[in-house]
Amino acid sequence: MAAYIARRIGQALLVIWLAYTLVFLAVQLLPNDPVTIFLSADAAASPETIAAMKAQYGYDQPLLVQYFSQLTGLFRGDFGYSLASGQPVADRIGAVVGSTLILASSAFVTAVVFALIVVASATLIRITWLKRLIINLPPLFAAVPVFWLGLVLLQVLSIQLGVMSLFPDGSFASVAVPVFVLAIHVSAPIAQVLLKSTETVYAQPFIDVLRAKGASPSWIFFRHGLKNAAAPAMTISGITVGTLLAGSVITETVFARAGLGQVVLQSVTAQDVALVQGLVLLTATAFVVVNLVVDLIYPLLDPRILKSGTHGAPRALAA
Amino acid sequence: MSNGDEATTLLDIRDLSVHYGSGENTVFAGIKLNLKLKKGEIVALVGESGSGKSTLSKAIIGLLPEAARVSGGTISLAGENLLGLSQKQLESIRGRRIGMIPQDPGASLDPVKTIGSQVSEVFRLHRQGPKRSKAELRSESIRLLAMVGVDRPEYRLGQYPHELSGGLKQRVLIAIAFALGPELLIADEPTSALDVTVQQTILEVFTNLAREHGTAVVFVTHDLAVATDIADRIVVMQQGRIREDRPVRAILTAPEHPYTAMLLAEATPDGNRSPDAKRHSGAPAVPAIEVQGLHKVYGHGKAEHRAVQGVSFAVRPGTTFALVGESGSGKSTTARMVMRLLDPTAGSVKIHGEDVTNVRGSGKRDLWRGLQMVYQNPDSALDPRHTVSQIVSEPLANYKFGTKAERALRVSELLDSVNLPSRMAGLSTRELSGGQRQRVAIARALALGAKTLVLDEALSALDVLTQAQILALLEDLQINHGLSYLFISHDLHVVERISHDVGVMRRGELVEIGPTAKVFGAPQSEYTQLLLDSNPGHLLRELARA
Repeated sequence: MAAYIARRIGQALLVIWLAYTLVFLAVQLLPNDPVTIFLSADAAASPETIAAMKAQYGYDQPLLVQYFSQLTGLFRGDFGYSLASGQPVADRIGAVVGSTLILASSAFVTAVVFALIVVASATLIRITWLKRLIINLPPLFAAVPVFWLGLVLLQVLSIQLGVMSLFPDGSFASVAVPVFVLAIHVSAPIAQVLLKSTETVYAQPFIDVLRAKGASPSWIFFRHGLKNAAAPAMTISGITVGTLLAGSVITETVFARAGLGQVVLQSVTAQDVALVQGLVLLTATAFVVVNLVVDLIYPLLDPRILKSGTHGAPRALAA
Repeated sequence: MSNGDEATTLLDIRDLSVHYGSGENTVFAGIKLNLKLKKGEIVALVGESGSGKSTLSKAIIGLLPEAARVSGGTISLAGENLLGLSQKQLESIRGRRIGMIPQDPGASLDPVKTIGSQVSEVFRLHRQGPKRSKAELRSESIRLLAMVGVDRPEYRLGQYPHELSGGLKQRVLIAIAFALGPELLIADEPTSALDVTVQQTILEVFTNLAREHGTAVVFVTHDLAVATDIADRIVVMQQGRIREDRPVRAILTAPEHPYTAMLLAEATPDGNRSPDAKRHSGAPAVPAIEVQGLHKVYGHGKAEHRAVQGVSFAVRPGTTFALVGESGSGKSTTARMVMRLLDPTAGSVKIHGEDVTNVRGSGKRDLWRGLQMVYQNPDSALDPRHTVSQIVSEPLANYKFGTKAERALRVSELLDSVNLPSRMAGLSTRELSGGQRQRVAIARALALGAKTLVLDEALSALDVLTQAQILALLEDLQINHGLSYLFISHDLHVVERISHDVGVMRRGELVEIGPTAKVFGAPQSEYTQLLLDSNPGHLLRELARA
């Protein structure tokens, strides 16, 4: 077990380092250095200003020096300085990341609950037409764009019914509606994969053996089916982190919430490369951390994973 | 078909009919029959796949697949009609009064739960009297596991199914089935997935428990030999109907229905039908396959696993050499090395005198012109999206054989040689029966004119009567085309029928080798003796000798 955990953590660190390196290289591939790009919006920038600013932010150093000073900076929580505001990138992100984390994590929890409800009712309900209807919900959820659902709800709830304010005012609706919009979107792939893997599990003979033991359908689902079917759904949940963050940006913009979404929008429009770099690294880290957690949960779900050493198995199932 | 009076009748099935499909799509692929079981009686349901024996057993325990529908009749357990019960009432009967022992122990236990929790689950599902403490459930589970002969039961409770062998898993499932002392057990091919020596002990454990507890058993099997060894009565099923229902000895000595007679003829050992002894003699020819000191080792250091150790044998041209052994004995690994699909760690393989141990690339392609393999399961060995003619002509196209018209001609020749009507050329393999699919696989193997075939459990997935037909085909092909076979099998009965020489493998080593009649008649090694003793059909052999 200890070896498994150590290996997983090692791999996670490796992926973050690779992500940093890739982002660094991508920035070097830009036609100009970050300062020149940033100041190109300002037609009056003189070569002296550019040189001064480059020196200030360290972009005049040799590449290797830049690479390692930025890398060691990461360990100290130093992500460089935003070109637009002059503030540390860490501060810019830190100021709003909490709000996004709350939105994303509540949406994630809600999405998992949605998926569980969909799969449990699709498995346990015996009325054929209702069952079919429920099975077709996840593809519908996946097809509805986040921004569209957000705009429709905003239109109906705020403008037509007036039960929710247009801007976040801390009321229940202004928190719940964005969470709901994001959760619907994220729950779709989780529910689809969980449905599929539940189907596979139910085709196995041990389900018949359980029925022959006298177990009721809900006993079978909650005590056996779910645990067996969970691994691929966990995998896909880990992968939805990307969807979750992208969806957060859109949701925040639609509902005018403060958060990473705004920072992303500003940094991209202002061509603030340093800030974009920080955001990409943050996303990569979030992705890696969540998938690390998923990997550490697998052995708790399925004892065969540690034995066989084929950690790829649940992932292969999901594919 | 009345068996005893009402007082001793446990199960009474009257006019039961089951259909598949619903509405306009209803098809009668189901069953229509009457059947009675006395208390404590062991009845074997025998028939080929599709005979309805599994449908009947599933109907009794109320676990028919969704596509199936009971369209009439009654199933009474001790006077109570099970078909009239609610879901809840059925749940309280299943596991308590009717138990089930499944076919495939490998997939019949929840892989993510411990053995202990799965054994004690029956007690938690069916609470009888006051709630029992964890310690009580634990000691009860230990008692059950000990009862079915599981070693170190305390330790097994904490293990997961993947840590147990197939035989042990089946013992655990038997323990679960007997836990609450059921009146009736449904055993659906409970040993067909197990090795023959394991099958023997599991059958003993199971029948002894049933006799001790006075449990009636419906034992579903395709193997008449197994049925005769354990049952009081045999019910022969075909096309959803009961053809014959009589005590074992009566059915064996004087079968009434022609179908029963056919099944019996196939299951009975018959010395006269073993391969022609004349082909034994003759001038020493170059062996079709010659294997010398073959080794295959996987991994190294602590994880080293010796799959095959020093195996040597020769297949004389125009004869059949069988490798017999249980799963894990290395017989399939040997076959794959002969085919050169797997590189041997040491040793040599000669095909018709030519050393092919080190052939690579195009050398292998040349080798496979004359040496082909037929696999166990034709369902997965044939591409379901291809038609029969596409499958058979694929090797021809791969080896750039002739023009399109010549290939088509060759395909019809090949189909003819395996006795498949040419109108089947355009069908997809899904439209064929198992036996027809295996014929297609054989035709494909012969497409390039292969003279030597490696048959890896090529008959194991087939029904008894189909097996007999494919066996006859293989014998015909051998005589007419002078083919040589390396025949891999765990089924001693089939091996005795087809092979001239036999090699018995155990744990990667060849423990005995010689002419079939000699090895089976007077086995030299203890293991061969054990295999022969475990081979089901004791009563059949006894009757055949008498």
